[in-house]
Amino acid sequence: MSDSEVKSGLEAAGEADEAAALPEPVTARLLKAELGTAVIGTSMAFGDLAIQIRREALVSAARQCRDHPELQYDYLMDVGAVDHLGRTPRFEMVYNLYSLRFRHRVRLHVQIPEEDPTVDSLIDLWSAADWFEREAWDLMGIRFRGHPRLVRILTHAEFVGHALRKDYHPAERHRLSRTYDLFTEDQAGAPPDGASSG
Amino acid sequence: MTSTLEILNQPQSPRMVVNIGPQHPATHGTFRIECVLEGERIVESRTEIGYLHRCFEKMSETHDYWGVIPYTDRLNYCSSMINGVGYCLTVEKLLGCTIPPRAQAIRVILSELSRIMDHLVCIGTNLVDLGAITNFWYAFRPREVIYDLLEACCGSRLTVSYVRIGGLQDDLPPGWVERCRKVIRKDVARALLDLEKLNTRNPIFKLRGQGVGVMARERAIAWGWTGPCARASGVDYDVRRDHPYHGYEQYEWQIPVEHGGDVFARYLVRMEEMRQSVRIIEQALDQLPDGPVIVDDRRIALPPKQEVYTNIEALMAHFKLIMHGILPPPGEVYGLVEGGNGELGFYIVSDGTRKPYRVKVRPPCFAVFQAFDEMLRGMLLADVVATLGSLNIIAGELDR
Amino acid sequence: MAGNQPIAITPLGQAPPSKGGATGNGMPMQWLTTRVDDFVNWARGNSLWPLTYGTACCGIEVMSVISSHYDLARFGAEVIRFSPRQADLLIVAGTVVDKLGPVLKTVYQQMPDPKWVVAMGACAASGGFYRAYHVMQGIDEIIPVDVYVPGCPPTPEGLIYGILELKKRIERGETRPQIATREWAARNAAREATREATREAVRESVRV
Repeated sequence: MSDSEVKSGLEAAGEADEAAALPEPVTARLLKAELGTAVIGTSMAFGDLAIQIRREALVSAARQCRDHPELQYDYLMDVGAVDHLGRTPRFEMVYNLYSLRFRHRVRLHVQIPEEDPTVDSLIDLWSAADWFEREAWDLMGIRFRGHPRLVRILTHAEFVGHALRKDYHPAERHRLSRTYDLFTEDQAGAPPDGASSG
Repeated sequence: MTSTLEILNQPQSPRMVVNIGPQHPATHGTFRIECVLEGERIVESRTEIGYLHRCFEKMSETHDYWGVIPYTDRLNYCSSMINGVGYCLTVEKLLGCTIPPRAQAIRVILSELSRIMDHLVCIGTNLVDLGAITNFWYAFRPREVIYDLLEACCGSRLTVSYVRIGGLQDDLPPGWVERCRKVIRKDVARALLDLEKLNTRNPIFKLRGQGVGVMARERAIAWGWTGPCARASGVDYDVRRDHPYHGYEQYEWQIPVEHGGDVFARYLVRMEEMRQSVRIIEQALDQLPDGPVIVDDRRIALPPKQEVYTNIEALMAHFKLIMHGILPPPGEVYGLVEGGNGELGFYIVSDGTRKPYRVKVRPPCFAVFQAFDEMLRGMLLADVVATLGSLNIIAGELDR
Repeated sequence: MAGNQPIAITPLGQAPPSKGGATGNGMPMQWLTTRVDDFVNWARGNSLWPLTYGTACCGIEVMSVISSHYDLARFGAEVIRFSPRQADLLIVAGTVVDKLGPVLKTVYQQMPDPKWVVAMGACAASGGFYRAYHVMQGIDEIIPVDVYVPGCPPTPEGLIYGILELKKRIERGETRPQIATREWAARNAAREATREATREAVRESVRV
């Protein structure tokens, strides 16, 4: 797909959005107040609130979401990566947060460039980030600074490439020759230069 | 890492490395736990999954929106209907379509039957691992009868593919409602009573279950636990009540919450959930509305075969839908349902074409199982088996 | 029936017909050995000890087959063993992915002979509908399979039918491990005969 055809869902939804009549959601308001220009955009589409923030501000935004008394997003429900091949920046991380107290939900979107597919890990804020980030590394090749053990989780240790990328053929297989010990070989499947461990 | 090296370098070390799985009777599903033991106690462990990674998300990108439905069945294969409902609900959210009330009620009934089946597997296999094999036979017997009901609806016992985007594949066969009532009043009720009598006041099960595999409430939330495991730790969250879908708000039922956070508490929560599911099914059967089971929109659902054979507009609509597919608007949406293990979410990115651009599944077992290494520390090896069985880890959902 | 020669039906009380030909050597022994083969095959077929290698959805159907409603035990497969050392029938029920390949191979190799493999389900037979980057397109990429049971998942009746087919073939002595054992024995017999002839020749040559 060419650049002009691939639109961020947020932009497309924003155009159809008539949220001017509705009050701004608490999360959007507070994050904008706290982070200022780090909040690139917000959108309310199909009943979901999505907030796009700058990569550098991810941890502070997440901390704000978790700790602010009016937000209290105590659940990190999901961490997913999307590959928008043909668009710059190529990757997008989507963090799905949920508040048990207020029963509200938000999706934080972070754009990640292809040349430097790195983002801070949220494991210090929510332990739940552990395996979800490993999966994003495994299937999309995004590295997480500060993750204690960023190794492949779903595919095997001898797998080459990142399977969910759009330029990875769906049926291209890599064979596994043997089983790996999880303690002595616990870095099998880690990023090649180990740049993620902090 | 050093602990295993120290064991390998010093044969006289009191520590031992034991590998559990991926082929092991107690791992219900293929995952692997490598433990460092000191005597019978676990000092450190590493869990590895991915032994059933069947590339669901990549397959979703290469198939049509409705072509993904059979793949969703194989996520949590013990309660396969719920996965399909979750996926179709998300696509319907993206399309902005509301399905007919009869379809909603039938989806609810079959989801709750699937939930009963899932919990029966969990309890049966959890207890068989503790040596109580009678529970396995007793728990699996009503599953056969429920399978018969599902087979009557859609032809398949386990992987149903009964949902369609916009509703259901077909209506219930005649007499199904009565059969269903009979099943839940006779077979399921009997099984629940038997399991209750066998286990709830069983001193051996209590000794093996109480205080074992405890997960505190705050840690459960930090790890992202939802579903019966979280509710056993005191987290009062259920998608069906808090974010209702398909008419759950019109039924009267309760959410069991325990505070022990141990194996026994999870068992109690699942038993009570099954009873509440029976309540929901009874009410849904009583209130089952008439009407179509699939939406009337020709951009989403195929016209009925009779019309396709006799009416030119229906034939054209059929042709167009098959050739061009369902074309939702571009956008991103997150839809969620209460799966057998917790919040099952689907995050779908659509680029306006007939195939989804990205489908990300939020699997409830994934969040639950990543806490396992933390839970295992200091535990006896026998308790590992008890805990693992109580978490109901389904590898299809875990690895996708 | 299995064995090297056809068995004639002998009415009770009468001696079996002679098969030895002019020399008549070993005739009763041949008859008895063939009977033993039949008996052993019959016993093996009726007491299969399955190792249910259940990975996915088919694993749940295997559980249904083992349970009381479908009851595989009535065909002799009562003793479900999870250790490969104690099993002779490997039922691979479910998808095998590349990560699991070495494990399956090891389990298969750890099973003692004779052993049989049933590939249950479309995924074990050919990868199912997962033409994907991590899924093995059938377990026969790494281990030999005796019976393929189609279905996704196969109904319990289907799996039972597959196991009964395997049982029939075991009783006829037609399965791969049995043929291989016979061929090995036959090759070994020829080699042993050659060795014996060589030893005899050496003894002859040193006899003064």
